[in-house]
Order: sequence, then C-alpha cells, then structure tokens
Amino acid sequence: MWFEQVMFFFAALLAVAGALGVVVLRNPFYSVLALVGHLFALAILFLLLSAEFLAAAQVVVYAGAVMVLYVFVVAYVGGIEEAVADDSAPRRLGPLFAAALFVELCFAIVGTGLGAIDTRGAETGEGFGSPGQIGELLLSKFLIPFEAASFLLLIAAVGAVLLARRRRGLEEMGGA
Amino acid sequence: MDLVWFVVLSAFIFCIGAAGVLTRRNPLVILLCLELMLNAGNLALVAFSKMHGVGDGQVFALIVMVVAACEVVIGLGLIVAMYRRRLPIDVDQMSELRG
Repeated sequence: MWFEQVMFFFAALLAVAGALGVVVLRNPFYSVLALVGHLFALAILFLLLSAEFLAAAQVVVYAGAVMVLYVFVVAYVGGIEEAVADDSAPRRLGPLFAAALFVELCFAIVGTGLGAIDTRGAETGEGFGSPGQIGELLLSKFLIPFEAASFLLLIAAVGAVLLARRRRGLEEMGGA
Repeated sequence: MDLVWFVVLSAFIFCIGAAGVLTRRNPLVILLCLELMLNAGNLALVAFSKMHGVGDGQVFALIVMVVAACEVVIGLGLIVAMYRRRLPIDVDQMSELRG
C-alpha cells in the first residue's frame, strides 16, 4: 500500500516537473527531453492504474518513436532560442487563464457526483489492461474506431510526405 | 491511491499545457504543449477506466495516442516546409496562409 503511494508521488512529481520543463525551458531540444521524462512518469502512473499494455505502448511508441521524430526535426530546423516573452496581452494572460482553469476543474472534480472517485476503483480481474483484453476490445466492440484510426494514420503519412517533399523553385520563391 | 488524485493531477498537467500553448511562440514547443494536454486527457481516461473496471477507457486512450501521432506528423511536416521556405519559425509572424 505505502509502496503504491510512494510510487504515485514520485511519478506525479516527475510528471509535473517534466511538464513545467516543457513550458519553461527556452531551448526546444531541452523541451523535447523534458517531455520524454514526462512520458516515462505517465507510464508509471498507467501501471499504477493497472493499464499494463498502455504503459508499454506509451514507452515504446510515444517516448520511443514520436519523440525521435521531434528530435530529428529539432536537429534539422536548429534549436531556435526564442526571445524572452514580450508583454503582449495573451502572453501575460496565459498563465492566469491556466490557473483559473485549474481552480475551476478542481471545483468540478471535488464537487462531482461520481461516488466511486474517492475509492481505489472497481475490483478488476487478472487480465485487466493486458494486451489480450485490449486487442479483444479493439477487434470486437471498437472495430470501426480501429479501422478509422488506421485510415487516419495512412492519411497523415501521405500528408507528411506531401508537405515535406522538396519542390523545385519554391525555395527560391519563399526566400525573397 | 484514491482515483481523485489521478484526476486532479491530470487537470494540473492539462493546465500547464494550456499555459504553454498560450505563452510560447515556437510552433515546435506549441506542439509539445499540445502533447501535454492530450496526455493529461489520456491519464483521466485511464483513471476513469479503472474506476468502472471496464477496459473501454484504455482503448480510448490508445486511439488518442494514434491521433496525437498523426497530429505530430502533420505539424512537424508543416514546420519543415516552413523552414525550407526560409519563413520565420514563429507563430506571431505567421499571419498569412500563402502557398
């Protein structure tokens, strides 16, 4: 029991630190690295919620593949250090808006009618969150979203190739 | 651990991401902050899945991960295209949609 609590606070601290790092760090490369740490912390939290397959997918797909894409693009574009925030209205009001949103969400969560939110959740069997169960759900109950997701991935891949291909003449045109 | 802790943590991470989207100017970092917000949503989905003892929320989270990957691919493709045309990588200076 206490091990679970220690793990939760450790992972939560790491996740919040990673999230703050993404927002606060000036160099985009360090932001990407902070997000990788954040994703690992989230994987720990998923494990605490007995979502084993999702935790593995988080580490392998997200922290492994998607973040490598980010690192490549940051290396290609160059880590542009952005100027220290000017004081236009949205820049100053952004943190204020976020704080107000958090307070509001906390009111909503604490005052919720969901009775089970103060418990440790329903008793789940042995196979809860295992690849077998997720696969069974994906291929039976959620077959159409599954197929739609595969189409979405195909469209995104084609779109990325279309966007990033080298077109003759356009580089000179845009450089003016 | 009570599930309310997980949900509050997810709300906190979501708000950090929202603040980042509003305050940063580099589109790369804005994409990263969008990832933060999507991941906060994932955490809430998994927490509610645990609350009901049904795996549906985890499947939702998986689909959200797919959508996030697509969004990253298109966003990074746009950034690379912007860089190739020597456009400034800054959302404040990108005020025209010109091909």
